[in-house]
Amino acid sequence: MSEEEKILEEVTGADYKYGFTTDIESDTIPKGLNEDVVRLISSKKEEPEWLLKYRLKAFETWKKMEEPDWANIKYNKPDYQDIIYYAAPKQKKKLNSLDELDPEMKKTFDKLGISIDEQKKLAGVAVDFVMDSVSVATSFKDKLGELGIIFCSISEAVKEHPELVKKYIGTVVPTSDNFFSALNSAVFTDGSFCYIPKGVKCPMELSTYFRINQAGTGQFERTLLIADEGSYVSYLEGCTAPMRDENQLHAAVVELIAMDDAEIKYSTVQNWYPGDANGVGGVFNFVTKRGICHNRSKISWTQVETGSAVTWKYPSCILKGDNSIGEFYSVAVTNNYQQADTGTKMIHLGKNSKSTIISKGICAGKSEGSYRGLVKIQKSAENARNFSQCDSLLMGDKCGSHTFPYIEVKNKSAKIEHEATTSKIGEDQIFYCNQRGIGTEEAIALIVNGYCKDVLNQLPMEFAVEAQKLLAISLEGSVG
Amino acid sequence: MDKQLYMLKINNLKASIEGNKILTGINLDVKPGEVHAIMGPNGSGKSTLSSVIAGREEYEVEDGTIDFDGESIMDLSPEERAHKGIFLSFQYPIEIPGVSVSNFLKTSLNESRKAQGLEPMPAGDLLKMMREKMELLEIKKGFLSRSLNQGFSGGEKKRNEIFQMAMLEPKLAILDETDSGLDIDALRIVANGVNKLKSKDNATVLITHYQRLLDYIVPDFVHVLYNGRIVKSGTKDLAHELEEKGYDWIIKEAEQL
Repeated sequence: MSEEEKILEEVTGADYKYGFTTDIESDTIPKGLNEDVVRLISSKKEEPEWLLKYRLKAFETWKKMEEPDWANIKYNKPDYQDIIYYAAPKQKKKLNSLDELDPEMKKTFDKLGISIDEQKKLAGVAVDFVMDSVSVATSFKDKLGELGIIFCSISEAVKEHPELVKKYIGTVVPTSDNFFSALNSAVFTDGSFCYIPKGVKCPMELSTYFRINQAGTGQFERTLLIADEGSYVSYLEGCTAPMRDENQLHAAVVELIAMDDAEIKYSTVQNWYPGDANGVGGVFNFVTKRGICHNRSKISWTQVETGSAVTWKYPSCILKGDNSIGEFYSVAVTNNYQQADTGTKMIHLGKNSKSTIISKGICAGKSEGSYRGLVKIQKSAENARNFSQCDSLLMGDKCGSHTFPYIEVKNKSAKIEHEATTSKIGEDQIFYCNQRGIGTEEAIALIVNGYCKDVLNQLPMEFAVEAQKLLAISLEGSVG
Repeated sequence: MDKQLYMLKINNLKASIEGNKILTGINLDVKPGEVHAIMGPNGSGKSTLSSVIAGREEYEVEDGTIDFDGESIMDLSPEERAHKGIFLSFQYPIEIPGVSVSNFLKTSLNESRKAQGLEPMPAGDLLKMMREKMELLEIKKGFLSRSLNQGFSGGEKKRNEIFQMAMLEPKLAILDETDSGLDIDALRIVANGVNKLKSKDNATVLITHYQRLLDYIVPDFVHVLYNGRIVKSGTKDLAHELEEKGYDWIIKEAEQL
């Protein structure tokens, strides 16, 4: 066997480390989707009339839409009538602090290596755990409250800050935007809400750990983040999911609003269950993430995508304001039979708006990875700038990497640069590392982390460490 | 007993790559404290020999044995051989983009320590050691944060190899054409570094085309490799003779055998 084939096999042999389920009693409703289900979700969450109307309108829109098939992915379309749209872990009482967390649940987080104890030690991190669809516990709320920062579940925000939710929800991603955003708008059950008041720099990284738990439950997260004028926030989102045989649907919507002079840094480490080595099971991840930048504001998306059987995700920026900045830094790893079609859209409307795209794809096994990006310079965007770099790293010869860059320019003053490379991890590199005492698995991790450095550097420190571990785990094999 | 005297003992080593026989019966004994030079014309098998000692798997070992510190290393992986103290300075050092020199060294050093059951070296000690060794090789400060070998000049690459050797403190260092691509100043610095790292407990095998390097690093033994075999061995005088007369006379001698 050649060195390359061996590496390939080792990589393909990596088992999903986080495959386990937590045994917690759940409150679920019957499978399927119709108007009554939408009404039931709304009533279970004790929502106001306007939100029910919003959901019903979205549901009507969704019914008329067709699931898109333009992406470079192949999958069996989910049966939307075979999904449970609501599941809330039953709780004996409301938690006042993380210490009161269900021991079973605590164990789950311990296994993930993101134990709450550890989290607490990571000073300055407020964590809003999402177990299935309902937030279980929220911390550091008081401290944030002093600054006027609101960080809570979206359901709570609907109850306590309805005016903010009503004003902004659906303004960046309209219900009719696409099939999955319409579905999400109709049935979303939880997610996070964040508001940073004028001039406030959020002193800590805000983070949420998402997790699918209930078998056969689709998760429809809704995140709404508003940074008011001159404010700053860094938001972290990380996910792992337990092993499943059936496909699980995940269709989240994230909306970011950066008012004048505000800055939002949104970082994601995504590790949904990717399916087994034969391509059975795994999460379908169809996410709509978009932010709008007003004058002189900045939105920076950073993502490390290692999981899911199918990923369909394009965190985007609408650079509406003059001198606004959009950034997209991405590492997308696919292994075994995973498929990812991911990238970004940078829509330039404002004068002197700038955008940067750094995309690093890593393909191993029999996987397919695609970068799909759109850079659109509208007529109004005088002196707009874009720099894009799309690199692919291939491991073995059974995977595929594809790049689909779209560029539309309607203003002659625009400057656009696009660079792309494709490379392979060479036997020479591996042998060089081996000769220096570094084993093959460790060598691959080292080379891959080096390749992704420009993106990993964008992550907050503790998250970067976690992401590095995740990259190593995703490409780890059974050497022995 | 006698076995223990040798650090490296190669016996009748035959190796091929993709069906081409490259090594046709190498015998070589290296004791601690010795410096051996292996010379020979292009294609004689010099680099293959170093790769096979280091354990590169593309080469098929067909016959013979390699013992290191009295034990066979034939079944060991390249990293296991490295952990035992075998270091190969590459003729063409490999680039690893995005991995800094310091990060690579840290990983390398700590993997070797792990294999010996030691804890990772504390960051402070590591930094101190790096500074000392950098001074030895006249390496500038910003060097540590550069991507490994990426955009390095030929001289920087070779100096980086010797820097790694200085950090890893191997028992056996095989320097494959370390002098190629070096100007005279770089050659002096590299050779000086190698000389300072020599001790009675470690050994050096120099693989080189030219006598030039041997003016700086004086060998105890010189071997001439031709057609995958050592056809002549001698002292440093043999190197001078080669410089004057070329390889032809040895080749003729060898072919008459």
